[in-house]
Amino acid sequence: MTNIVQVLIDAVALGSLYALVALAIGLVFGVMRLVNFAQGDYITVGAYSLVIPTFAATPAMMFGALPTVAMIFCVVLTVTILALLTERLAFRPLRNSDPTTLLISSFAVSYFLQSLILMLHGGRPKAINIGESLTTAVQLFGIRIPGVQLLTMGVAVTLLVTLVLFLKKTPIGIQLRAAAENFQMARLLGVPANRVIAIAFAISGILGGTISLLFVIQTGTLDIRMGVMPTVYAFFATVIGGIGSLPGAVVGGYIVGIVSVLLQSYLPEEMRAFRDAGVFTLVILILLVRPQGLIVTSAAKERV
Amino acid sequence: MRHIQRLFPVLALVIPLLILVFVIDQFGSASIQRVSTEALIRLVFAVGLYIFAGNSGIVSFGHMTFCAVAAYASAWQTCCSMLKPITMSGLPGFLRDNTIPLIPAGLTSIGLAGGTAFLSGLILMRLSSLSASISTLALLFILNVVYSNWSSVTMGNSTIVGLPVYVTIWVALAAAIVAIVIAYLYQKSRWGLMMRATREDEVAAQASGTSLYWSRLIAFTLSGFVAGLAGVLFAHFMGTVSISNFFLNQTFLIVAMLVIGGMQSLAGAVVGVTLISVLIEVLRRAEMGYSIGTMDFAIPRGSQELILAGIMLLILMFRKGGIMGGREFRWPWLVEDDGVREPELAKRARLLKMRLGVR
Repeated sequence: MTNIVQVLIDAVALGSLYALVALAIGLVFGVMRLVNFAQGDYITVGAYSLVIPTFAATPAMMFGALPTVAMIFCVVLTVTILALLTERLAFRPLRNSDPTTLLISSFAVSYFLQSLILMLHGGRPKAINIGESLTTAVQLFGIRIPGVQLLTMGVAVTLLVTLVLFLKKTPIGIQLRAAAENFQMARLLGVPANRVIAIAFAISGILGGTISLLFVIQTGTLDIRMGVMPTVYAFFATVIGGIGSLPGAVVGGYIVGIVSVLLQSYLPEEMRAFRDAGVFTLVILILLVRPQGLIVTSAAKERV
Repeated sequence: MRHIQRLFPVLALVIPLLILVFVIDQFGSASIQRVSTEALIRLVFAVGLYIFAGNSGIVSFGHMTFCAVAAYASAWQTCCSMLKPITMSGLPGFLRDNTIPLIPAGLTSIGLAGGTAFLSGLILMRLSSLSASISTLALLFILNVVYSNWSSVTMGNSTIVGLPVYVTIWVALAAAIVAIVIAYLYQKSRWGLMMRATREDEVAAQASGTSLYWSRLIAFTLSGFVAGLAGVLFAHFMGTVSISNFFLNQTFLIVAMLVIGGMQSLAGAVVGVTLISVLIEVLRRAEMGYSIGTMDFAIPRGSQELILAGIMLLILMFRKGGIMGGREFRWPWLVEDDGVREPELAKRARLLKMRLGVR
């Protein structure tokens, strides 16, 4: 029983994380048909902004030394600015290109950011300690749950709910959804293109910053590639969910998160290393049954 | 004359390569020869990727998979007969206890790569072009996870050493020429033309009776074979095989080369690989430091990658077609007949008009 509850909490925590990344990717895809590979590097940059750029393995803190609230604010702000910068400098000049060109360009932006971090921080993984108090287990109804999992789940679910409310209730959110549905039509009806695109990037930056903090608290390490895996998972989440569909992205995120945790817990010991391969194979199998994804949108087919 | 004209796009690529390799072989230092051989192997891979990505318009991030499959397959067959039973104990008996001659080993490895491409293509080519592009990444990650954890067969993250090294610059050149010829024959074939039609306009091509699925699957499989060829060459050039050599960085490098050269033509692939290989070598040496006169001058480490990514973005912004802009090299004097036959109906109409004296 205890075990099942723990697995369930893990699954929801991880699922919500992937759902958040997938939502960020889905939003940006919706407004400009860009599958943003650089989302992973937003996460990495956020994590590395905690420390001063050196080649040392246990570096001195930069934002990490600030009080908690200021730290969160600074990291999220850094990533948001970065996201807006990449939009302005790299993606805006390409706005009317086809999705494949945009995908390649985001691949290039990602590589650029990664090389930049490599240049400033060196390639070795670093140890870092923030939020130590959170890693202790919490006793809840007789079950021991790691504090980090509770925090991740709490933050991710809160963010998800806030974002959904934002998208559903505020005028800007509605404009965003309209633009994600049909960008041309939304523009004709008076939705300002530059603003919705900037907002979509800002949201993906805010999510990237938050997620980077959650990851660092969980793993206690910094790594050049730390953002790649969650982003790739989120890619597949958006593909499973139906590319271009926001609810699809969330559903897809939960599917890959939950499957990943289930495989981790119930695969035999010697097979566990192959967990990611299992998840990706599942992605391909789902696509075999539903090539268009679970929720089919107009973006799935190219318009004539 | 007519034949030269028709084969000119291939000759214009192959002859300069031949001359270049001859010069390097005669006058180049050992390190330059090594770098050039590696560049030629990359060229084989890039041409393989081009066969699919260039003709279909779908970028694949997963072709390193086929490269790795072939490299490992060849390593299993030809490597270190003494150590194999210990380090790769999970291999099936006939592989573990035998060493297979190089050529059959190479061919079966390439076959395995092509087979993998065909099987994965059966699923991936059903997807819309963007989803397919993303899902090729899934392929790369599956391979990476499996091969880096399947320790009893692939030695996990460790490097397999002791493969016979037989790839000289001339072997690499021969393979590059074979790849270029295959790519050219394919793109002029019925299936290649259909593939290019779907790239230009999916809906119109489908309406004219082209099967998106089959044309893409054929291209994907063929490019899998060629990528496999590159994998075998790479394994027997380095003499070592390690899974970390077949992942995102290498994929990025090749995609960047294709994009900068111009993804939509064979000439673009060749030009891109050649230019970027030279550029990378120059930058690499600059990172180690040049001394000009008494001044020592070096650029910071890692600027090579930044510059490459920067160039790629600039190309995407300002010259989307890449350096070649989707064109092949053409016979410069007589451009009238480029090997494309006049459609039958148009020909009849022209003859009829001539007979009737209509202009």
